[in-house]
Amino acid sequence: MIAVLSSAPSAVGVLADLSYWQQTVIKAGVVAVVIPTAALILGYVFLLKMMSFVQSRLGPMEAGPHGTLQLLADGLKFLQKEDIFPEKSDRFVFAAAPVMVLVSTFLLYVALPVGPDAVVSDLDAGVFYVLAVSSLSVVGILMAGWASANKYALIGGLRAAGQLIAYELPLVLAVVGVIIQAGTLNLQGIVLAQANGEIFGWGAIGFPYIFTQFAGFLIFLIAIQAELTQPPFDMPVAESEIVGGYQVEYTGFRFLFFFMGEFGTAFVFAGIASVLFLGGWYVPGFDVDSNWLNLLGPIVMLVKIMAVSFLVFWFRFTYPRFREDQLQKLAWKVLIPVALANIVITGILKVAV
Amino acid sequence: MIFSAMVAQNVAFWVIAVAMLYAGLRVVTTRNVVHAALYLVVVLAGAAALFLLLGSEFVGITQVLIYIGAIIVLFLFGIMLTRAPMGKEKSLDHPRKLPALLAAVIVGGVTIYSVLDYFGDEQLPRESRTTTREVADSIFSEYIIAFEAVSVLLLAALIGAIVVARKE
Repeated sequence: MIAVLSSAPSAVGVLADLSYWQQTVIKAGVVAVVIPTAALILGYVFLLKMMSFVQSRLGPMEAGPHGTLQLLADGLKFLQKEDIFPEKSDRFVFAAAPVMVLVSTFLLYVALPVGPDAVVSDLDAGVFYVLAVSSLSVVGILMAGWASANKYALIGGLRAAGQLIAYELPLVLAVVGVIIQAGTLNLQGIVLAQANGEIFGWGAIGFPYIFTQFAGFLIFLIAIQAELTQPPFDMPVAESEIVGGYQVEYTGFRFLFFFMGEFGTAFVFAGIASVLFLGGWYVPGFDVDSNWLNLLGPIVMLVKIMAVSFLVFWFRFTYPRFREDQLQKLAWKVLIPVALANIVITGILKVAV
Repeated sequence: MIFSAMVAQNVAFWVIAVAMLYAGLRVVTTRNVVHAALYLVVVLAGAAALFLLLGSEFVGITQVLIYIGAIIVLFLFGIMLTRAPMGKEKSLDHPRKLPALLAAVIVGGVTIYSVLDYFGDEQLPRESRTTTREVADSIFSEYIIAFEAVSVLLLAALIGAIVVARKE
């Protein structure tokens, strides 16, 4: 353990000594490995096992112990499938759309901090960057819906765009409360602000913003669920009416891209929620820049991400699908006004207290 | 070290600039309206990348959030809601090509001339990173009047849109 610890700072030092392009290659490699792993973890734990238990069945049991390898087997199956382009489709846009969705996911991971030094790129406007690149996936979904030359796909793409635009606003507004409290857009800065905070003078566990921004946390969770087009917000991919929406013509590894994009994004958004509202990688009792946190931070973050994901997937398996008008009404008439009120109250309290 | 950083910056600039020019030309020459919108994504992403290259992180990210995340999505949404033709479209052409070219040349020429005339050989300082805090401070102190004016303008536009869209 001691050996690992003494090697931790030197690992950071070695990385800093490398030239810019070497660092970039290593960082891109790390992100490229983390995304499929994250998608596998969430897919197995929640989509396969938790959903099965919620529905009183066992779920996959054959591939590996308790079906642990089921998703790997599914992935292999997807890779073997025929790569089909619909006859009238726009081939280039059709092929580019899933990549665009995955690029959006990829860029999200860049800004997620899991320790004092363990972050791919510590961006000055981290939160803002996350919100900006998360909106790129809409373009990919619209591309997929149009290029498939299929009316169900087009309807799905349009529904997705309408929904994602509507829920991006509460997503952004919910975060503003946290930004006002922390006084910074930087994700590391937000973690530090929570770590150094005190609850009525009691600073033992820092000050996770969920206590003051609970409304923001709820709105953020609802909005990310809608951004992921997961049930109950799955009008865009409703299989019983538009047979899968914009995904309908995709087969094999192109469909796998959409799957990885969805679960990879769920993972990283849960991570962003933990950073913004639950204190991020900080462990009470440690110095904020101690090297222990570079080791413990990722573990703590994983636990928090799983907890937040549990909530998201719990909603997913519990509630029936919203109708289109209910969906828009919830965003524009409930979430946005509540988020705006939250911003105003937070602003007043920030100045007054 | 400084030299190599400069070379890397120049290479990045030229790669981005050439891609933007090509995509910009394709926006006006392509015969498919959805393709035109998608080429516009490349142009705007290039502009964001140039801002990042200049060290203006906040402006670059805003470019992505507003232009790609909102305006292009609205374009695509509007196109697909009304008509979304596959393949080439004959009617997507304009008969007055020469005046359009003339207008483009004049606008481009005036912009290039004014930039060159104002800045000349002056160069940005090498370590010119604008932090978000600086941007925020300047908006809410130096440019507060402009900021408030824009807010009122946007509010008026919003209310106007609602008034126009209302049936009664």
